[in-house]
Amino acid sequence: MADPNAHQPPDLTRSNDQRLALVGDWTLIAQRLLESKGQQIVELGAQMHALKLDLSGVTRLDTAGAWLINRARRQLGEADVSVELIQVRPEYLKLLGETDYHEFAKSSRPRPSLMFDLLADLGESAVNGVKEFYRGSAFLGEFVWTIKRIALTPAHFRFTSLVYHMESIGLRGAPIIILINFLVGGIVAQQGIFQLQRFGASSYAVDLIGILVLRELGVLLTAIMIAGRSGSAITAEIGSMKMREEIDALTVMGLSAGEVLIVPRILALVLSLPILTYIADMSALAGGMLTSWTYGGISPTAFLSLLKEAIALHTFMVGIIKAPFMALVIGLIASMDGLATQGSAESLGRQVTASVVKSIFMVIVLDGFFAIFFAAIDY
Amino acid sequence: MSSSPPSNSANAGDNPEVIISVRDLVVGFGDKLVMNGLNLDVYRGEVLGFVGGSGQGKSVLTRAILGLVPTRSGHISIFGKDRDALPADQRKLLEQRWGVLFQNGALFSGLTVKQNIQMPMRETRDLSPRLMDELAMLKIELVGLKPDAADKFPSELSGGMVKRAALARALALDPELVFLDEPTSGLDPIGAADFDDLIGTLQQTLGLTVFMVTHDLDSLFSICDRVAALADGKVIAAGPLQELLDSPHPWLRSYFHGVRGGRLTAGVAARGDV
Repeated sequence: MADPNAHQPPDLTRSNDQRLALVGDWTLIAQRLLESKGQQIVELGAQMHALKLDLSGVTRLDTAGAWLINRARRQLGEADVSVELIQVRPEYLKLLGETDYHEFAKSSRPRPSLMFDLLADLGESAVNGVKEFYRGSAFLGEFVWTIKRIALTPAHFRFTSLVYHMESIGLRGAPIIILINFLVGGIVAQQGIFQLQRFGASSYAVDLIGILVLRELGVLLTAIMIAGRSGSAITAEIGSMKMREEIDALTVMGLSAGEVLIVPRILALVLSLPILTYIADMSALAGGMLTSWTYGGISPTAFLSLLKEAIALHTFMVGIIKAPFMALVIGLIASMDGLATQGSAESLGRQVTASVVKSIFMVIVLDGFFAIFFAAIDY
Repeated sequence: MSSSPPSNSANAGDNPEVIISVRDLVVGFGDKLVMNGLNLDVYRGEVLGFVGGSGQGKSVLTRAILGLVPTRSGHISIFGKDRDALPADQRKLLEQRWGVLFQNGALFSGLTVKQNIQMPMRETRDLSPRLMDELAMLKIELVGLKPDAADKFPSELSGGMVKRAALARALALDPELVFLDEPTSGLDPIGAADFDDLIGTLQQTLGLTVFMVTHDLDSLFSICDRVAALADGKVIAAGPLQELLDSPHPWLRSYFHGVRGGRLTAGVAARGDV
């Protein structure tokens, strides 16, 4: 073994009628060659009655090599060829003893057909959807109950935690929300002006921007952004705490995860989202104003006076009223999915994805319900 | 760092081959030097137990040898080759000759136990699916897991099973050298003793060299051929356990002859089997 890297490929030679000599390194490094050599023992041995396997030339042997030799011995034994190992080094004998060939129990997990799987998946998703809704309602109930308990004993309320989360959700989320709303306001204004110009009504673009942004876009974009930015963070935080048994640690100290972790986060969301929506509205209007000036020649003064005619307080209120409800939905889904995390990192990833997708979906559904509601009460 | 050759090594001779050689190693984080001119030799076929106080850098040294922590100066040779001087492709070959059992198992959570064990085979060797299945099941049996553990995911395993599965993965390619980072921590005494036996048996049948970081005094007594102790960024002593037990170094005295160590040492001395 001068150079341990020098690999002698495994081989076997037939020295006489009853004797096969194995030489070289019978190790996994030989890959498929090792397997074919193992098979060759069986092929050559099958022509003999009593085979002597000479292992004196084997320079190295690992479990794979020993396993294949044992497999060949077993197969030959089944074909009524008696096999005897000769000139085996003691350490190889030990290894050969440890790797005695035997069949392994087949995996007990059944493998149903593809069609069966598909139908089973479909059924499971449907049942899970219903269960999810049930769990969501239960979770909302628990949340309300916790709020009531905290309201009765305000000393239990974690004010520091609330401020911390408002900072991370509201303050640190503000720049990106200002930016995207400014851009979207500008884009809506530009398209409004271009399309309405054809009717000579480009000044109505201001009505379009004002109403669209205040009623729908501002709050919707903000909620979606927060669902992606803070909803995912909440799920990941709570999920990893669940994974590392921190939630269990809280429970055994007699504290409730709802009170310590979830209420401050959801309240921070409920308080931050309206503020962010207000900022988003202003930013989108500023974007619209700038674009109107550039493309439509509407000066900021003219823009503001046109805007004053186009909107009323209720236009703004329609948007801002939705914000806390959307925040509540985002917070509930994020916390619930975080708590549903199982032991593995993969599960955490899945929960975070599910949480973001569900909250964005629910935010849009909620927005639709509000649209129907406001239309019905003619607000 | 003189030492007698390991007693139960397959290749024991007058001049045992040095398989890991660490010279003048310096490792630091920021202002803090964790290793300061550390020297260590590991011989082929031995089980080296590595002890040291918590936070003294036992894991850091293991990670430095494995190349997971950058070193500031010094040489690390493995299988007689300077690790840092090797080109990337040769380093890869070198990495296939060792197996590592991380402290918390580090099993891939998205794969079943069997897939975890097959991962190194699948990635570095061209083998038939049948042989890969058989070898994975064989490794599962070798480490003392039940066959039905093969299709379980790491999150479904108990702590002891995770360690066994991780050992099976470390042994997947029949490495010559195995690093074990606190293999018995978190196991009950019966499980830990079983695990010690398992390592001993595998070491003898497969001719492994084992580098074992441990806090478990029982492991040191039962399976280690030599013990090295780390303190103040240096190996303060390395040799057969008896040498360390007799050493006057204050840290070693408190380690082996303190309340917990003393009880064991006294027991062993009474049995006279060290």
